[in-house]
Amino acid sequence: MSEDVQSKTPDLGPSENQSALTRYWKSNLRTMLILLVVWAAGGLGAGILIADWLNQFQLFGSGYPLGFWFAHQGSIIIFVLLILVYCLVMNRLDARHHQEIQPSHPEE
Amino acid sequence: MSVQSWTYIFVSLSFGLYLFIAWISRVRDTEGFYVAGRGIPAAANGMATAADWMSAASFISMAGLISTMGYSGGIYLMGWTGGYVLLALLLAPYLRKFGHYTVPDFVGDRYDSNIARFVAVLCAIFISFTYVAGQMRGVGVVFSRFLEVDINVGVVIGMTIVFIYATLGGMKGITWTQVAQYWVLITAFLIPAIAISIKLTGQPLPQIGLGSTLDTSIAGQSGVYLLEKLNQIQSDLGFGRYTDTFTGNWDKVNVFCVALALMVGTAGLPHVLVRFYTVKSVQAARWSAFWALLFISFLYLTAPATAAFARFYMLNSLNGTQADELPAWFENWEKTGLILWFDDGDGIMRYSAGEDNEIFRTGAIPATEMTSIRVTHQQWVDSDGERGEDARPLLRQRGLTGPDRDIIVLATPEMAELASWIIALVAAGGLAAALSTASGLLLVISSSVAHDLYYRVLNPAATEKQRLLVGRSVIGIAVVVAGIFGIYPPAFVSQVVAFAFGLAAASFFPTIVLGIFNKRVGTIPAICGMLAGIGFTGFYIIACIFFDMEPWTFGLFANGINPQGIGTFGMLLNFLVTLTLTPLFPGPTQEVKNMVDSVREPEGIGLAVNIEASPEH
Repeated sequence: MSEDVQSKTPDLGPSENQSALTRYWKSNLRTMLILLVVWAAGGLGAGILIADWLNQFQLFGSGYPLGFWFAHQGSIIIFVLLILVYCLVMNRLDARHHQEIQPSHPEE
Repeated sequence: MSVQSWTYIFVSLSFGLYLFIAWISRVRDTEGFYVAGRGIPAAANGMATAADWMSAASFISMAGLISTMGYSGGIYLMGWTGGYVLLALLLAPYLRKFGHYTVPDFVGDRYDSNIARFVAVLCAIFISFTYVAGQMRGVGVVFSRFLEVDINVGVVIGMTIVFIYATLGGMKGITWTQVAQYWVLITAFLIPAIAISIKLTGQPLPQIGLGSTLDTSIAGQSGVYLLEKLNQIQSDLGFGRYTDTFTGNWDKVNVFCVALALMVGTAGLPHVLVRFYTVKSVQAARWSAFWALLFISFLYLTAPATAAFARFYMLNSLNGTQADELPAWFENWEKTGLILWFDDGDGIMRYSAGEDNEIFRTGAIPATEMTSIRVTHQQWVDSDGERGEDARPLLRQRGLTGPDRDIIVLATPEMAELASWIIALVAAGGLAAALSTASGLLLVISSSVAHDLYYRVLNPAATEKQRLLVGRSVIGIAVVVAGIFGIYPPAFVSQVVAFAFGLAAASFFPTIVLGIFNKRVGTIPAICGMLAGIGFTGFYIIACIFFDMEPWTFGLFANGINPQGIGTFGMLLNFLVTLTLTPLFPGPTQEVKNMVDSVREPEGIGLAVNIEASPEH
């Protein structure tokens, strides 16, 4: 399998290829970490760790205690939005990475 | 028209639709069989993933669990959706780029070891079977209540349908059938919730209705919030307030651990992971994860509303009811044994958290024993306590207080006195949820055995035709085994589901994440980590559930850790063992490192590996 991958990897200068990949991977990791922090803060944080404290407030204009709302509604909404942001950011990052290696690889 | 005729109409229409789809999408090769020829659009794949994931447990049991647990029920909501974020960010795109058939394939190739592959196969099969058994119970519950056929007949009908479309269409047939099943189940879940929400609060959106004020005619006065009223009823009857955090055994540590274990477990479930192999590209894999969670969230955002509405109706309609004016839904469901009433002799029903509670469920008590319990209880009532025996302390001791959680979703439309076609629609939805998950799981079992075990380990020279034949036969055998589980449900099924999540959390998740994000991790540390995670989690759950071990506090926490939450510790242990051993053992070979590099690359440079082009396929 790995032979197959090598044969498919475009023939760039090895260092150029490697540095583009490293750059791409670093931005990928940064995006991921930021989103995972939001994930933990929204779900595990607001929904559980500080839910008892949040429960003294009510969600604006409704009968939802805030901690309860985060556990039963808010966290899920945050999760859906997180994946949406991830898709948009990553697909843009992919396009940029693709462009970066484009000049040295005309037939792509 | 009666509920039963409506149910027959909906169930036969939906079953006909599933078979029709299976026929038009039948396949002839292994690629179509296992990964649907990778030609499924992202939105459709998202829908299929959603249907695959939302099992009978999500559809039938979850709202019931939330209904009795209140705030703490959020662990299931957060756990089962939060896992998708981990899945989308940490696993899905990379597994798609890797591009083989199954999760054990990735583990086996990344760690360059058939032992790792074998451990992964065993985990995948175990997790899948645990799950299938649960689905079959769901099918049985729906059939026995709504079609009034014998549970066994219901299970056989369900298994036949799954068998036909799974063997005919493989992953392709299953995927398109699941798309149809998604629509059936989401419609069936949303319509009653909307109808009840309008009835109780005047708000069509259940999510808004849950936070709104009750209809004046129901509350007796205006401006009373539904949740406030529910809190008040609950505390009057001795239950904890519905929205209060961390009541009873559910302290902060346990809620946290269980939620995290469910999240990580979700991300590691093989039948969900395999979904991301069926899309065209890495980008499509990302979008698939988004669509999947979006479609799942429609049900998961509605379930808490259904749960609270059901709780409200349940407490209101049972308490104070006289023996001669029992609601129709109660009599219907009493026949199934999922709800029972043992009166204390005053002829008035009482459902409370105290010793005067009169509402119970059959649980695992055999029919003959139940009959004798009823008889002696009746004697006890008739003789004013001189003869016979009060059944209430007896059932309380066995932990059978309150109705079975499985009836909440199915009975709520009846409690709210909705139209009979809506009630029947819920039955079709429950079946769709159970069947879609069962078929996805059967395919994982089939591919684990036929591909990972037979082709990759036992007979690498097998031809396409042989492999397809083995794949189809394994589905056949798995269907029969699952059917037997449905007809003779092992008493431990519901408890073992906790095991499936714990195991997925402790085995697949850390191993795959490290495989992608750490190039240094070699074979031996990974296998040791997996075995440590599985061994620890397995030991803890088995000891707690079957041998009454006292849950551990690790000397840190006030209460012992619930077995459902131990996966969190199993996962940490797996990470810890793997990373500690890594510097002591050789890293992976250059070939494996190249593979990891290629998996990390986005679409467009190294193309996602194509099955036909790769030499071993």
